[in-house]
Amino acid sequence: MQKLSEKFMKAIFFTAALVSVIAVILICLFLGINGILTIEKIGVKDFLTGTLWQPLKGLYGILPMIIGSIYVTAGAIILGVPLGLLCAVFLAYFCPKWLYRILKPATDLLAGIPSIVYGFFGLTVIVPLIQRLFGGSGKGVLAASLILGIMILPSVISISEAALRAVPKSYYEGALALGATHERGVYSVSLPAAKSGIAAGIVLGVGRAIGEAMAVSMVAGNQPIIPGSILSGVRTLTSNIVLEMGYAEGLHRDALIATGVVLFVFILIINIMFSLLTSKERNK
Amino acid sequence: MNKISVKNLNLWYGNHNVLKNISLDLPKNQITAFIGPSGCGKSTLLKCLNRMNDLNEECRITGEVLLDGKSIYHNTDVDTLRRRVGMVFQKPNPFPMSVFDNIAFGPRTHGIRNKEKLCEIVESSLKSAAIWDEVKDNLKKSALALSGGQQQRLCIARALAIKPEVILMDEPTSALDPISTHKIEELALKLKPDYTIVIVTHNMQQAARISDNTAFFLLGEAVEYSPTKELFENPKDTRTKDYIEGRFG
Amino acid sequence: MLSSIKNRISYFKKRPVALILFLITWSAAITTVLAIAFIIAYILAKGLPHITPSLFEFKYTSENASLTPALITTLYITLFSLLLAVPLGIFSAIYLVEYSKQKSPLVKLIRTTTEVLAGIPSIVFGLFGYLIFVIFLKLGYSVISGSLTLAIIILPVIIRSTEEALLSVPISYREAGFGLGAGKLRTVFKVIIPSALPGIFSGIVLSSGRILGETAALIYTLGTASGVPKTFLKGGRTLAVHMYALLNEGLYYNQAYATAVILLLLVLIINSISAFLVHLKTKKLKG
Repeated sequence: MQKLSEKFMKAIFFTAALVSVIAVILICLFLGINGILTIEKIGVKDFLTGTLWQPLKGLYGILPMIIGSIYVTAGAIILGVPLGLLCAVFLAYFCPKWLYRILKPATDLLAGIPSIVYGFFGLTVIVPLIQRLFGGSGKGVLAASLILGIMILPSVISISEAALRAVPKSYYEGALALGATHERGVYSVSLPAAKSGIAAGIVLGVGRAIGEAMAVSMVAGNQPIIPGSILSGVRTLTSNIVLEMGYAEGLHRDALIATGVVLFVFILIINIMFSLLTSKERNK
Repeated sequence: MNKISVKNLNLWYGNHNVLKNISLDLPKNQITAFIGPSGCGKSTLLKCLNRMNDLNEECRITGEVLLDGKSIYHNTDVDTLRRRVGMVFQKPNPFPMSVFDNIAFGPRTHGIRNKEKLCEIVESSLKSAAIWDEVKDNLKKSALALSGGQQQRLCIARALAIKPEVILMDEPTSALDPISTHKIEELALKLKPDYTIVIVTHNMQQAARISDNTAFFLLGEAVEYSPTKELFENPKDTRTKDYIEGRFG
Repeated sequence: MLSSIKNRISYFKKRPVALILFLITWSAAITTVLAIAFIIAYILAKGLPHITPSLFEFKYTSENASLTPALITTLYITLFSLLLAVPLGIFSAIYLVEYSKQKSPLVKLIRTTTEVLAGIPSIVFGLFGYLIFVIFLKLGYSVISGSLTLAIIILPVIIRSTEEALLSVPISYREAGFGLGAGKLRTVFKVIIPSALPGIFSGIVLSSGRILGETAALIYTLGTASGVPKTFLKGGRTLAVHMYALLNEGLYYNQAYATAVILLLLVLIINSISAFLVHLKTKKLKG
């Protein structure tokens, strides 16, 4: 009797464990097949390297969106990573205990704020600020990069901090015993020793930035053109979907799904990089 | 002549009195060994000599340590002190960089940027630490790829590269095999004429083999301090005798 | 205090590089803190004055953009998604930790797919949920479509935190359970799960946070209807979606700020609970 229930429950646990596999298969089926067929219909070259997105005229080129996603992600990295990394160094090596008790929950709060709130903040604070400083509409690459830069801070900070804390203390002590200052010990020994963990944090930040939809679509301007400057409007892969899915039909809708597939491929590449980096860290 | 003098040194971790009123003098160009059971304070005292205890926030110190007659705790710059008093740790701790960069780290820290000068220092330090022949073709390789014994000699070379006057060794062979241990001991003897060496060791034979003077510690007190031969053959204190004969610890 | 500052100054005078690094690090930290403080202060300053009793009236009308329906919908969606994902996630983790061989290719596959799921952006989940639940299964914009989509999103979070919690239960507990003649199942449910509870709960709390903040995955699965859904087959909007809808209509900025304040407050509550659970976990480990 007991044997039977053991076996039964084991089967249940096993089935439950299969759900995530099934979910990924379903996602691949529903998005992948739909997307690939659509891309074929539009033409791989026309879809991926076409520079015009005009659904009314039957033109579905997503190159502007691919480049837009890369631009705003790069902008977010340039703004967010140095700041986040320095903050992680601060939290791990410079921060007095009493201050840590305030700062850690503060960065956690930053991580928990919904992206729509970031978008709203960007729309009502950052966009007008850029407008006043540089003219134009204020919406564009710069605004999107700024907001994304803030949004990736918590991931960069927390993963880099963990990586720094995992560095053996003996490295730092060895540096100090050679007469190095605290600052030199941290920056020329501990920080380089944590580099693969930090790289993983940056990759995670890239994933978050490239996949973010709501906040970006509110501050980017969303013109489907290849941006000419950091102030010009930009549309990302994600905002392309958010903006038009509501009313799209037929091939237009399929083209949006295909946009999602391209995004998915980007994320997969990033994930593979992330797991390579973290497994490297673990093997050490 | 005394290189270092410890005077009435007391040390607390929080409320715990780890070192009790220690006074002893370490003569120049000799090897002094600290022995005693685990937790007796010998490593803690060693770390007082280059102020590595500063890293511990809980730690409080009274008394004096003099280097060449000058206090190292008052009006002395910590980084300069550590440059003069080098340290080798219990577990070899090469930085995760190349052999060359490991050795060059100290000189670079103290402002030497000239490539030729650095090469010179790296070579002479590695030679002094008797590891040059083993690594000279692999200076660009990661130091972490070396064996444990080589890593420890690399760490000694790294300490030598900043031209210290004193070298502190905190159980430098406890993580090594007998052959590597032997090499380190030989090295210590070779370095003696140019440096003042203080070695903490668990291994009484090691103290007997290489040191000129030995101090025996128990529960935070310096029980007995005398020339090595005398301490081992003719201990004055019964506690020293018990320890040497293996009754505890 | 004064003398220690003086010492600091004379120390850095001789070491310009260290001084520069010191200043850069501190200014980065200060910049981040100021950014966080500014965002929160700004939202509070703009939103708090608009938190009025009328915002909490039960009915949403075009004159009064009440957030009560959205609050109730958020509750529905959270409960329903957790109801779906928590047992599944816990069971998966039990399988992975207690029942499977760690090196088997199947386990590797399950781990990899869980990682893939965790990395997929919300908008892709939104598309997927729209295609499979709304269109293919004809569930329409509904609480069910939304919850199913969210359940898939939070599944990896629950699996991962449960796995970690189970792994941190000492082997000796298992041996003790078996030693007393308890079967594997009994040991798992009576010994291992109870001691892993704080970790499992923190996974649930983390998931609630994710659900609360989700917009992109819900717009095309739960929809943006403004009322309280009467059945699970009706659509609605969570607080975050509510805020999105208010902004899109362009008329209700003040109410949007007020909603942001409520969202912030909920995030704060969720973070405090999770901090408390972490505290509980570390306390438990220390005995």
